[in-house]
Amino acid sequence: MSLLDHINDKTARLGVPFNVQLDLTYRCNENCVHCYLDHGGGGEMDTSEVTGVLHQLADAGTLFLCLSGGETLLRPDFLDIVRTARSLLFNVTLKMNGILLTERDAECLAGLAVSQVHISIYSHRPEVHDAITRVPGSFDSSLNAIRLLVRHGVRVRIANVLMRENIADYRGVQALAAQLGVEARIDPTVTPALDGDPSPMSLRIAIPDLQRVFRDPAVVKDVEKFCAPPPADAQPGGDYPCGAGINGCYISPSGDVMPCIAFPLVCGNLRRQRFGDIWRESELLGQIRGTRIRDLPKCRECVNVASCTRCPGLAYLSGDMLGLSLLDCEKAYARTGLLPLPLTGSG
Amino acid sequence: MSLYVARSSAVAARALEGEMIVMSTRDSTLFTLNEVATEIWQAADGRTPLEEIVERSICVKFDVEPAAALRDAEECCRKLAAHGILLVSEQPIVPGA
Repeated sequence: MSLLDHINDKTARLGVPFNVQLDLTYRCNENCVHCYLDHGGGGEMDTSEVTGVLHQLADAGTLFLCLSGGETLLRPDFLDIVRTARSLLFNVTLKMNGILLTERDAECLAGLAVSQVHISIYSHRPEVHDAITRVPGSFDSSLNAIRLLVRHGVRVRIANVLMRENIADYRGVQALAAQLGVEARIDPTVTPALDGDPSPMSLRIAIPDLQRVFRDPAVVKDVEKFCAPPPADAQPGGDYPCGAGINGCYISPSGDVMPCIAFPLVCGNLRRQRFGDIWRESELLGQIRGTRIRDLPKCRECVNVASCTRCPGLAYLSGDMLGLSLLDCEKAYARTGLLPLPLTGSG
Repeated sequence: MSLYVARSSAVAARALEGEMIVMSTRDSTLFTLNEVATEIWQAADGRTPLEEIVERSICVKFDVEPAAALRDAEECCRKLAAHGILLVSEQPIVPGA
Protein backbone atom coordinates (compact mmCIF):
# COMPACT_ATOMS: atom_id res chain seq x y z
CA MET A 1 0.00 0.00 0.00
CA SER A 2 1.40 3.41 -0.95
CA LEU A 3 1.63 6.29 1.53
CA LEU A 4 -1.15 8.05 -0.38
CA ASP A 5 -3.41 4.96 -0.14
CA HIS A 6 -2.67 4.82 3.57
CA ILE A 7 -3.57 8.49 4.01
CA ASN A 8 -6.71 8.09 1.92
CA ASP A 9 -7.78 5.21 4.15
CA LYS A 10 -7.05 7.25 7.23
CA THR A 11 -9.00 10.29 6.01
CA ALA A 12 -11.93 8.04 5.07
CA ARG A 13 -11.88 6.51 8.55
CA LEU A 14 -11.67 9.92 10.20
CA GLY A 15 -14.21 11.54 7.87
CA VAL A 16 -11.84 14.26 6.68
CA PRO A 17 -12.75 15.93 3.34
CA PHE A 18 -9.25 15.46 1.98
CA ASN A 19 -10.10 15.83 -1.73
CA VAL A 20 -12.36 18.63 -2.91
CA GLN A 21 -13.29 19.87 -6.36
CA LEU A 22 -14.49 23.45 -6.44
CA ASP A 23 -16.00 24.65 -9.71
CA LEU A 24 -15.53 28.40 -9.96
CA THR A 25 -17.93 28.93 -12.86
CA TYR A 26 -20.14 26.98 -15.24
CA ARG A 27 -19.56 29.58 -17.95
CA CYS A 28 -17.39 28.32 -20.79
CA ASN A 29 -15.86 29.56 -24.02
CA GLU A 30 -16.22 26.11 -25.54
CA ASN A 31 -19.43 24.25 -26.26
CA CYS A 32 -18.38 20.62 -26.06
CA VAL A 33 -20.69 17.98 -27.46
CA HIS A 34 -20.43 15.84 -24.32
CA CYS A 35 -20.66 18.59 -21.69
CA TYR A 36 -22.72 17.71 -18.61
CA LEU A 37 -22.95 21.19 -17.07
CA ASP A 38 -25.84 23.63 -16.90
CA HIS A 39 -24.09 26.74 -18.20
CA GLY A 40 -26.91 29.07 -17.32
CA GLY A 41 -27.81 28.12 -13.82
CA GLY A 42 -27.16 29.00 -10.24
CA GLY A 43 -24.89 32.03 -10.25
CA GLU A 44 -21.40 32.17 -8.84
CA MET A 45 -19.91 32.88 -5.44
CA ASP A 46 -17.91 36.10 -5.53
CA THR A 47 -14.27 36.45 -4.56
CA SER A 48 -14.88 36.98 -0.87
CA GLU A 49 -17.32 34.06 -0.72
CA VAL A 50 -14.81 31.76 -2.44
CA THR A 51 -12.07 32.99 -0.10
CA GLY A 52 -14.29 32.17 2.87
CA VAL A 53 -14.94 28.69 1.50
CA LEU A 54 -11.21 28.08 1.02
CA HIS A 55 -10.53 28.98 4.65
CA GLN A 56 -13.32 26.65 5.78
CA LEU A 57 -11.91 23.81 3.67
CA ALA A 58 -8.41 24.34 5.09
CA ASP A 59 -9.86 24.21 8.60
CA ALA A 60 -11.73 21.01 7.72
CA GLY A 61 -8.50 19.31 6.61
CA THR A 62 -8.69 19.44 2.82
CA LEU A 63 -5.29 19.01 1.17
CA PHE A 64 -6.10 18.24 -2.47
CA LEU A 65 -8.05 21.04 -4.12
CA CYS A 66 -9.10 20.92 -7.76
CA LEU A 67 -10.29 24.23 -9.19
CA SER A 68 -12.37 23.60 -12.26
CA GLY A 69 -15.36 24.80 -14.29
CA GLY A 70 -16.62 25.80 -16.89
CA GLU A 71 -13.56 27.65 -17.96
CA THR A 72 -11.78 28.91 -14.87
CA LEU A 73 -9.93 31.61 -16.81
CA LEU A 74 -13.22 33.38 -17.52
CA ARG A 75 -13.16 34.61 -13.91
CA PRO A 76 -11.19 37.83 -13.61
CA ASP A 77 -10.32 36.88 -10.01
CA PHE A 78 -9.02 33.45 -11.00
CA LEU A 79 -5.38 34.11 -10.15
CA ASP A 80 -6.35 35.78 -6.87
CA ILE A 81 -8.30 32.65 -5.93
CA VAL A 82 -5.35 30.40 -6.81
CA ARG A 83 -3.06 32.70 -4.80
CA THR A 84 -5.34 32.42 -1.76
CA ALA A 85 -5.56 28.64 -2.15
CA ARG A 86 -1.80 28.29 -2.28
CA SER A 87 -1.32 30.61 0.70
CA LEU A 88 -3.52 28.15 2.61
CA LEU A 89 -1.17 25.35 1.51
CA PHE A 90 -3.63 23.38 -0.63
CA ASN A 91 -2.22 21.08 -3.26
CA VAL A 92 -3.88 22.84 -6.20
CA THR A 93 -4.78 21.18 -9.48
CA LEU A 94 -6.41 23.28 -12.18
CA LYS A 95 -8.68 22.15 -14.99
CA MET A 96 -9.10 24.39 -17.99
CA ASN A 97 -9.10 24.54 -21.77
CA GLY A 98 -6.46 27.27 -21.63
CA ILE A 99 -7.79 29.23 -24.60
CA LEU A 100 -7.42 32.52 -22.71
CA LEU A 101 -4.15 31.69 -20.95
CA THR A 102 -1.47 34.37 -21.32
CA GLU A 103 2.26 34.32 -20.78
CA ARG A 104 1.72 36.28 -17.57
CA ASP A 105 -0.85 33.73 -16.33
CA ALA A 106 1.58 30.87 -16.97
CA GLU A 107 4.36 32.71 -15.17
CA CYS A 108 2.07 33.45 -12.24
CA LEU A 109 0.84 29.83 -11.96
CA ALA A 110 4.45 28.65 -12.00
CA GLY A 111 5.31 31.11 -9.22
CA LEU A 112 2.36 29.90 -7.17
CA ALA A 113 3.60 26.32 -7.51
CA VAL A 114 0.32 24.79 -8.56
CA SER A 115 0.65 21.03 -8.66
CA GLN A 116 -0.66 20.39 -12.15
CA VAL A 117 -2.83 21.89 -14.87
CA HIS A 118 -5.17 19.58 -16.76
CA ILE A 119 -6.05 20.69 -20.27
CA SER A 120 -8.56 18.82 -22.42
CA ILE A 121 -7.30 17.70 -25.81
CA TYR A 122 -9.63 15.38 -27.71
CA SER A 123 -7.51 14.56 -30.72
CA HIS A 124 -4.15 15.22 -32.32
CA ARG A 125 -6.12 16.33 -35.39
CA PRO A 126 -7.30 19.96 -35.05
CA GLU A 127 -10.48 19.35 -37.04
CA VAL A 128 -11.58 16.49 -34.74
CA HIS A 129 -10.81 18.44 -31.55
CA ASP A 130 -12.55 21.59 -32.82
CA ALA A 131 -15.61 19.58 -33.90
CA ILE A 132 -15.96 18.31 -30.29
CA THR A 133 -15.45 21.73 -28.67
CA ARG A 134 -17.48 23.38 -31.44
CA VAL A 135 -15.00 26.29 -31.38
CA PRO A 136 -12.84 26.71 -34.48
CA GLY A 137 -9.21 27.26 -33.55
CA SER A 138 -9.60 25.86 -30.03
CA PHE A 139 -7.06 23.09 -30.69
CA ASP A 140 -4.34 25.60 -31.55
CA SER A 141 -5.22 27.80 -28.57
CA SER A 142 -5.19 24.92 -26.07
CA LEU A 143 -1.92 23.64 -27.50
CA ASN A 144 -0.44 27.09 -27.16
CA ALA A 145 -1.50 27.15 -23.49
CA ILE A 146 0.24 23.82 -22.90
CA ARG A 147 3.43 25.11 -24.47
CA LEU A 148 3.32 28.30 -22.36
CA LEU A 149 2.84 26.33 -19.15
CA VAL A 150 5.58 23.84 -19.99
CA ARG A 151 7.95 26.67 -20.84
CA HIS A 152 7.38 28.09 -17.35
CA GLY A 153 7.90 24.73 -15.68
CA VAL A 154 4.26 23.97 -14.82
CA ARG A 155 3.34 20.30 -14.95
CA VAL A 156 0.57 19.67 -17.45
CA ARG A 157 -1.67 16.70 -18.04
CA ILE A 158 -3.65 16.29 -21.24
CA ALA A 159 -7.13 15.05 -20.35
CA ASN A 160 -8.41 12.97 -23.25
CA VAL A 161 -12.08 12.00 -22.94
CA LEU A 162 -12.82 9.15 -25.32
CA MET A 163 -15.99 9.21 -27.40
CA ARG A 164 -17.19 7.72 -30.64
CA GLU A 165 -15.92 10.86 -32.42
CA ASN A 166 -12.30 10.49 -31.29
CA ILE A 167 -11.81 6.85 -30.34
CA ALA A 168 -9.39 6.38 -33.24
CA ASP A 169 -7.15 9.20 -32.05
CA TYR A 170 -6.00 8.42 -28.53
CA ARG A 171 -2.63 7.08 -29.63
CA GLY A 172 -2.14 10.24 -31.65
CA VAL A 173 -2.90 12.28 -28.53
CA GLN A 174 -0.37 10.25 -26.58
CA ALA A 175 2.27 10.89 -29.23
CA LEU A 176 1.40 14.58 -29.15
CA ALA A 177 1.74 14.60 -25.35
CA ALA A 178 5.15 12.96 -25.56
CA GLN A 179 6.22 15.54 -28.11
CA LEU A 180 5.06 18.34 -25.78
CA GLY A 181 6.72 16.75 -22.75
CA VAL A 182 3.49 16.29 -20.80
CA GLU A 183 1.43 13.43 -19.42
CA ALA A 184 -1.73 12.23 -21.17
CA ARG A 185 -4.58 10.45 -19.40
CA ILE A 186 -7.51 8.95 -21.25
CA ASP A 187 -10.96 8.70 -19.74
CA PRO A 188 -13.74 6.72 -21.38
CA THR A 189 -16.40 8.13 -19.03
CA VAL A 190 -19.18 10.18 -20.58
CA THR A 191 -21.93 10.96 -18.10
CA PRO A 192 -25.50 12.21 -18.28
CA ALA A 193 -25.88 15.95 -17.81
CA LEU A 194 -26.24 17.18 -14.23
CA ASP A 195 -29.88 18.02 -14.95
CA GLY A 196 -30.46 14.35 -15.79
CA ASP A 197 -30.43 14.74 -19.59
CA PRO A 198 -29.06 11.40 -20.83
CA SER A 199 -28.22 12.58 -24.37
CA PRO A 200 -24.40 12.86 -23.85
CA MET A 201 -24.44 9.10 -23.18
CA SER A 202 -25.05 8.42 -26.88
CA LEU A 203 -21.46 9.58 -27.46
CA ARG A 204 -19.86 6.92 -25.28
CA ILE A 205 -17.65 4.35 -26.93
CA ALA A 206 -18.88 0.84 -27.66
CA ILE A 207 -17.88 -2.10 -25.47
CA PRO A 208 -15.54 -3.67 -28.08
CA ASP A 209 -13.65 -0.35 -28.26
CA LEU A 210 -13.53 -0.22 -24.48
CA GLN A 211 -12.10 -3.76 -24.44
CA ARG A 212 -9.46 -2.76 -26.99
CA VAL A 213 -8.43 0.35 -25.02
CA PHE A 214 -8.25 -1.55 -21.72
CA ARG A 215 -5.94 -4.10 -23.32
CA ASP A 216 -3.67 -1.58 -25.01
CA PRO A 217 -0.28 -1.54 -23.24
CA ALA A 218 0.20 2.01 -24.51
CA VAL A 219 -2.67 3.02 -22.21
CA VAL A 220 -2.63 0.52 -19.35
CA LYS A 221 0.73 -0.17 -17.71
CA ASP A 222 -0.11 -3.63 -16.43
CA VAL A 223 -2.85 -5.02 -18.65
CA GLU A 224 -2.77 -8.46 -17.03
CA LYS A 225 -3.37 -7.03 -13.56
CA PHE A 226 -5.87 -4.40 -14.71
CA CYS A 227 -7.99 -6.91 -16.62
CA ALA A 228 -7.64 -9.84 -14.23
CA PRO A 229 -10.96 -11.39 -13.27
CA PRO A 230 -11.61 -11.21 -9.53
CA PRO A 231 -11.14 -14.45 -7.55
CA ALA A 232 -14.16 -16.74 -7.87
CA ASP A 233 -14.70 -16.71 -4.11
CA ALA A 234 -14.42 -12.92 -3.74
CA GLN A 235 -17.02 -11.53 -1.37
CA PRO A 236 -18.49 -8.03 -1.38
CA GLY A 237 -16.60 -6.23 1.32
CA GLY A 238 -17.21 -3.66 3.99
CA ASP A 239 -15.49 -0.95 1.99
CA TYR A 240 -17.11 2.28 0.88
CA PRO A 241 -18.21 2.21 -2.76
CA CYS A 242 -15.92 5.22 -3.40
CA GLY A 243 -14.61 8.35 -1.69
CA ALA A 244 -17.54 10.58 -2.68
CA GLY A 245 -18.92 12.09 0.52
CA ILE A 246 -16.50 9.97 2.53
CA ASN A 247 -13.20 11.82 2.20
CA GLY A 248 -14.05 14.01 -0.76
CA CYS A 249 -16.75 16.21 -2.16
CA TYR A 250 -17.70 18.69 -4.85
CA ILE A 251 -18.71 22.35 -4.57
CA SER A 252 -20.59 24.06 -7.39
CA PRO A 253 -20.00 27.70 -8.42
CA SER A 254 -23.07 28.74 -6.45
CA GLY A 255 -21.90 26.95 -3.32
CA ASP A 256 -23.91 23.73 -3.48
CA VAL A 257 -22.07 20.92 -1.70
CA MET A 258 -22.42 17.49 -3.32
CA PRO A 259 -20.62 14.18 -2.80
CA CYS A 260 -18.89 14.45 -6.19
CA ILE A 261 -19.22 16.23 -9.53
CA ALA A 262 -20.65 12.96 -10.90
CA PHE A 263 -23.01 12.65 -7.92
CA PRO A 264 -25.25 15.75 -8.06
CA LEU A 265 -27.06 15.22 -4.78
CA VAL A 266 -27.18 18.63 -3.09
CA CYS A 267 -26.37 18.24 0.62
CA GLY A 268 -26.24 21.93 1.55
CA ASN A 269 -25.25 25.37 0.33
CA LEU A 270 -22.28 27.44 1.46
CA ARG A 271 -24.13 30.73 1.10
CA ARG A 272 -26.42 29.62 3.91
CA GLN A 273 -24.35 27.15 5.91
CA ARG A 274 -20.75 26.64 6.92
CA PHE A 275 -18.87 23.84 5.20
CA GLY A 276 -18.09 22.00 8.43
CA ASP A 277 -21.74 21.96 9.42
CA ILE A 278 -22.81 20.51 6.07
CA TRP A 279 -19.98 17.98 6.09
CA ARG A 280 -20.72 16.77 9.61
CA GLU A 281 -24.48 17.08 9.82
CA SER A 282 -26.00 16.45 6.38
CA GLU A 283 -28.40 13.52 6.57
CA LEU A 284 -27.76 12.75 2.91
CA LEU A 285 -24.03 12.48 3.48
CA GLY A 286 -24.78 10.35 6.52
CA GLN A 287 -26.81 8.01 4.32
CA ILE A 288 -23.91 7.71 1.85
CA ARG A 289 -21.46 7.04 4.69
CA GLY A 290 -23.70 4.31 6.00
CA THR A 291 -23.51 2.36 2.72
CA ARG A 292 -20.97 -0.37 2.09
CA ILE A 293 -20.43 -2.44 -1.03
CA ARG A 294 -22.09 -5.46 0.65
CA ASP A 295 -25.23 -3.30 1.06
CA LEU A 296 -25.75 -2.83 -2.69
CA PRO A 297 -28.59 -5.22 -3.49
CA LYS A 298 -27.92 -5.54 -7.21
CA CYS A 299 -24.13 -5.50 -7.06
CA ARG A 300 -23.25 -7.76 -4.17
CA GLU A 301 -24.00 -10.93 -6.17
CA CYS A 302 -22.14 -9.76 -9.29
CA VAL A 303 -19.14 -11.73 -10.53
CA ASN A 304 -17.18 -8.49 -10.88
CA VAL A 305 -18.05 -6.96 -7.49
CA ALA A 306 -14.53 -7.29 -6.10
CA SER A 307 -12.93 -5.32 -8.92
CA CYS A 308 -15.72 -3.06 -10.19
CA THR A 309 -15.20 0.71 -10.05
CA ARG A 310 -18.92 1.37 -9.63
CA CYS A 311 -19.77 5.06 -9.48
CA PRO A 312 -22.59 5.74 -6.98
CA GLY A 313 -23.22 9.06 -8.71
CA LEU A 314 -24.03 7.39 -12.01
CA ALA A 315 -26.30 4.99 -10.14
CA TYR A 316 -27.99 8.00 -8.53
CA LEU A 317 -28.44 9.63 -11.94
CA SER A 318 -30.02 6.37 -13.12
CA GLY A 319 -32.59 6.73 -10.35
CA ASP A 320 -31.24 4.65 -7.46
CA MET A 321 -28.21 5.53 -5.36
CA LEU A 322 -27.93 1.88 -4.29
CA GLY A 323 -28.62 0.55 -7.76
CA LEU A 324 -26.60 -0.19 -10.83
CA SER A 325 -24.25 2.05 -12.70
CA LEU A 326 -24.57 0.42 -16.11
CA LEU A 327 -21.58 2.30 -17.48
CA ASP A 328 -19.45 0.66 -14.82
CA CYS A 329 -21.05 -2.72 -15.50
CA GLU A 330 -19.80 -2.24 -19.08
CA LYS A 331 -16.36 -1.19 -17.93
CA ALA A 332 -16.07 -4.14 -15.55
CA TYR A 333 -17.09 -6.51 -18.35
CA ALA A 334 -14.63 -4.86 -20.76
CA ARG A 335 -11.86 -5.43 -18.23
CA THR A 336 -12.55 -8.89 -16.86
CA GLY A 337 -14.50 -10.51 -19.68
CA LEU A 338 -17.01 -11.74 -17.08
CA LEU A 339 -20.55 -10.81 -17.99
CA PRO A 340 -22.37 -9.02 -15.12
CA LEU A 341 -26.02 -9.96 -14.71
CA PRO A 342 -27.40 -6.58 -15.85
CA LEU A 343 -25.71 -6.97 -19.24
CA THR A 344 -27.21 -10.39 -19.81
CA GLY A 345 -30.68 -8.93 -19.93
CA SER A 346 -31.80 -10.94 -16.91
CA GLY A 347 -30.44 -8.65 -14.21
CA MET B 1 26.70 28.87 13.94
CA SER B 2 22.89 29.05 13.99
CA LEU B 3 20.81 27.50 11.28
CA TYR B 4 17.61 29.04 9.95
CA VAL B 5 14.84 26.97 8.43
CA ALA B 6 11.87 27.92 6.26
CA ARG B 7 9.17 25.96 4.51
CA SER B 8 9.64 25.69 0.73
CA SER B 9 7.05 27.64 -1.26
CA ALA B 10 6.53 24.58 -3.47
CA VAL B 11 4.75 22.42 -0.93
CA ALA B 12 1.22 21.65 0.13
CA ALA B 13 0.63 20.67 3.74
CA ARG B 14 -2.11 19.77 6.19
CA ALA B 15 -2.15 18.45 9.73
CA LEU B 16 -3.91 15.14 10.20
CA GLU B 17 -4.30 13.65 13.66
CA GLY B 18 -1.18 15.32 15.03
CA GLU B 19 1.11 14.54 12.12
CA MET B 20 1.86 16.87 9.25
CA ILE B 21 1.29 15.63 5.71
CA VAL B 22 3.52 17.46 3.27
CA MET B 23 3.53 17.11 -0.50
CA SER B 24 6.01 18.56 -2.92
CA THR B 25 4.00 20.31 -5.62
CA ARG B 26 6.93 19.92 -7.99
CA ASP B 27 6.84 16.14 -8.17
CA SER B 28 3.96 15.06 -5.87
CA THR B 29 6.29 13.28 -3.46
CA LEU B 30 4.42 12.80 -0.22
CA PHE B 31 5.84 12.90 3.31
CA THR B 32 4.39 12.47 6.76
CA LEU B 33 6.25 14.24 9.53
CA ASN B 34 6.38 12.84 13.04
CA GLU B 35 5.49 15.00 16.03
CA VAL B 36 8.98 16.44 16.45
CA ALA B 37 9.43 17.22 12.75
CA THR B 38 5.93 18.74 12.72
CA GLU B 39 6.92 21.12 15.55
CA ILE B 40 9.97 22.22 13.58
CA TRP B 41 7.93 22.53 10.37
CA GLN B 42 5.33 24.72 12.02
CA ALA B 43 7.96 27.00 13.57
CA ALA B 44 10.10 27.20 10.41
CA ASP B 45 9.57 30.87 9.62
CA GLY B 46 13.05 31.59 8.25
CA ARG B 47 13.72 34.11 11.01
CA THR B 48 13.87 32.07 14.21
CA PRO B 49 17.17 30.20 14.70
CA LEU B 50 16.74 26.43 14.79
CA GLU B 51 18.41 26.40 18.20
CA GLU B 52 15.62 28.61 19.55
CA ILE B 53 12.93 26.48 17.91
CA VAL B 54 14.43 23.39 19.53
CA GLU B 55 14.67 25.00 22.96
CA ARG B 56 11.20 26.53 22.83
CA SER B 57 9.18 23.85 21.08
CA ILE B 58 11.04 20.54 21.26
CA CYS B 59 12.84 20.46 24.60
CA VAL B 60 9.86 21.72 26.56
CA LYS B 61 7.30 19.52 24.88
CA PHE B 62 9.30 16.32 24.61
CA ASP B 63 11.56 16.67 27.68
CA VAL B 64 14.85 16.07 25.85
CA GLU B 65 18.36 17.36 26.42
CA PRO B 66 19.00 20.49 24.27
CA ALA B 67 22.33 19.51 22.66
CA ALA B 68 21.08 16.10 21.56
CA ALA B 69 17.78 17.54 20.43
CA LEU B 70 19.54 20.16 18.33
CA ARG B 71 21.76 17.54 16.66
CA ASP B 72 18.68 15.44 15.79
CA ALA B 73 16.79 18.52 14.59
CA GLU B 74 19.65 19.58 12.32
CA GLU B 75 19.81 16.10 10.81
CA CYS B 76 16.03 16.07 10.30
CA CYS B 77 16.09 19.51 8.66
CA ARG B 78 18.91 18.56 6.30
CA LYS B 79 16.97 15.45 5.23
CA LEU B 80 13.85 17.51 4.56
CA ALA B 81 15.96 20.06 2.69
CA ALA B 82 17.40 17.29 0.53
CA HIS B 83 13.83 16.49 -0.51
CA GLY B 84 13.22 20.15 -1.34
CA ILE B 85 10.43 20.72 1.15
CA LEU B 86 12.44 22.77 3.68
CA LEU B 87 15.04 25.48 3.15
CA VAL B 88 18.08 25.51 5.45
CA SER B 89 20.52 28.40 5.65
CA GLU B 90 23.12 29.89 7.92
CA GLN B 91 21.44 33.27 7.35
CA PRO B 92 17.81 34.27 8.00
CA ILE B 93 15.66 33.34 5.02
CA VAL B 94 13.64 36.09 3.40
CA PRO B 95 10.27 34.87 2.02
CA GLY B 96 10.29 34.62 -1.78
CA ALA B 97 14.05 35.08 -1.96
